[in-house]
Amino acid sequence: MIDLHSVSFRYRQDWVLREISFQIRKGEFVGVIGPNGSGKSTLLKTLCRLLSPQTGEILLDLVPLKEMSQREIARKIAVVPQEAYSLFPFRVIEMVLMGRSPYLGRLMFEGARDLEIAKKAMEWTETLPIGERYVDEISGGERKRVFIARALVQEPEVILLDEPTANLDIHHQVDFLELILNLNREKGLTIAMASHDLNIASEYCDRLILVQGGKVYKMGTPREVITRENIEKVYGCKVWVDENPISGMPRITLLKKGDRSVEALERG
Amino acid sequence: MFMKILTLKKVVTVSFLLAGLLVGVILFSVMVGSVKVEPKHSVSILIQSLLGLTGTGTEMERTIILSLRFPRALLAGLVGAGLSVSGAVFQALLRNPLADPYILGVSSGSAVGAIIAILLGLSALSFGLPLASFAGALITIALVFYFGKQEGKIHPNILLLAGVITGSFLSAIIMFLLSISQKEELHTILFWLMGNFSFANPRAIGIVLPYIGAGFFLLYWNSRHLNLILSGEENALQLGVDVERLKIISYLSASLITAASVSLCGLIGFVGLIIPHSVRLLFGPDHRLLLPASALIGASFLIASDTLARTLLAPVELPVGVITAAFGGPFFIYLLRKRKVVKTL
Repeated sequence: MIDLHSVSFRYRQDWVLREISFQIRKGEFVGVIGPNGSGKSTLLKTLCRLLSPQTGEILLDLVPLKEMSQREIARKIAVVPQEAYSLFPFRVIEMVLMGRSPYLGRLMFEGARDLEIAKKAMEWTETLPIGERYVDEISGGERKRVFIARALVQEPEVILLDEPTANLDIHHQVDFLELILNLNREKGLTIAMASHDLNIASEYCDRLILVQGGKVYKMGTPREVITRENIEKVYGCKVWVDENPISGMPRITLLKKGDRSVEALERG
Repeated sequence: MFMKILTLKKVVTVSFLLAGLLVGVILFSVMVGSVKVEPKHSVSILIQSLLGLTGTGTEMERTIILSLRFPRALLAGLVGAGLSVSGAVFQALLRNPLADPYILGVSSGSAVGAIIAILLGLSALSFGLPLASFAGALITIALVFYFGKQEGKIHPNILLLAGVITGSFLSAIIMFLLSISQKEELHTILFWLMGNFSFANPRAIGIVLPYIGAGFFLLYWNSRHLNLILSGEENALQLGVDVERLKIISYLSASLITAASVSLCGLIGFVGLIIPHSVRLLFGPDHRLLLPASALIGASFLIASDTLARTLLAPVELPVGVITAAFGGPFFIYLLRKRKVVKTL
């Protein structure tokens, strides 16, 4: 349902994305991984036309993204930002209702139906009890869920997440990812998530896209992508990859430089 | 669970109540002045003439009420509304709580225009002064946007820098012009710079109203989108807003409103800074309510200030800027101390 055909993008001089082509199918949970500066965030931004690629084409349900209005895109693709501070704080319910914006005409106010949709989304994300509080007075974890609620209120087909677990403790990381997984499994939403946390990506994503220098280095299931060879090549550091004993998915362990016991492990 | 959200009904109710306040302030300002007119007479003269009747009052009373006090109150109201609305919008667009209508240098440009008009004796012509200062403001707006755009896009911080730098360059010109002015001209210039309605020509209302009216309409048209841009441009963009168009329309509307207001009465400070903040404290940051409420409260505030300015030391008239700053400054410090204005400050 999202097709990229040799998409290239540059800000000023150097190409940040180089001829990237791939497909994200409906209902998939895709992770985009890669080192800092590899183009992960830029790639996500082109998917919702926060940035427009200079060459190549992005199709959303076979319609070129550049032929759609920003409003049409917002009804199909929602973005969960890492953080979004409002200069003057709104209440949680007001922030969530902003997700109805792509459906509201000029000079229109959110009506009973919009409020109903917002409440459902807030129930789903367990933010209903904090609905009357100000967005800057709740915790970072709660704010993340508020942004998810706002994204749901857009009634999208696709949700894009940029580093969703950054700044969250492990408890909130798990809570948040379970929520995303539920949206994917139960609501059939397509998820594309950029992440630095390879273990999380490995556990939760159906498919991973490993990018390096603005190109797709490797694409496939976590087992195919998260191998010691791939990761060491792309990230340029020593890692150990084995299996998570519970889920059986690949698991990464960082290694200290010059750690000799690696060789012992390699020998088995 | 019951949730309170902003509705059309609330906007209409609040606007209606604030319009009532505005009418009250206008009536009060018509009743008082350096020449004593029986308050009851003032009101009945005004109401009768608005209804198209000729009635009570001497010729002089009628002139004072209908040609002096009432038009002046309308003018002050228009300017107060204009500066408050444009201040609120500049704060949102520049994402800066300290922004005011003058932050992009529009005021300095209009001052240069006004001072040149005074020095050349154009202020004797009926629309010489306002036209010259309006022209100065428009040229400044054009320059600031020319300097502030990059690759066809408006970046708030670059625009802000362009505005501040253009403003300080124009200030240098103002100081130069002041230093070569004669004594009598200096007095006129200083009065203009401090903000003053005694220059105002009642016929100017008809000329300024379209700019402020059109500007306000365009801003209100975009009011919901202005809410979204408070959390950043990417945020607004991904919620379906055509951000570049929003910015161009809003910056230009707010600048035009400022230019039109300033050209009538000089540089009246503080209104455009404190009214939006005060209204946010009262009614929240949603522009669908903030803009009309700011307009109505700003209008009432400036009419009241101008009434004080012309009665406090009557028959001597103070520049209204003295009143707005004298009341506005301490009030704003109070808000800042309370840290209520912006929680993230």
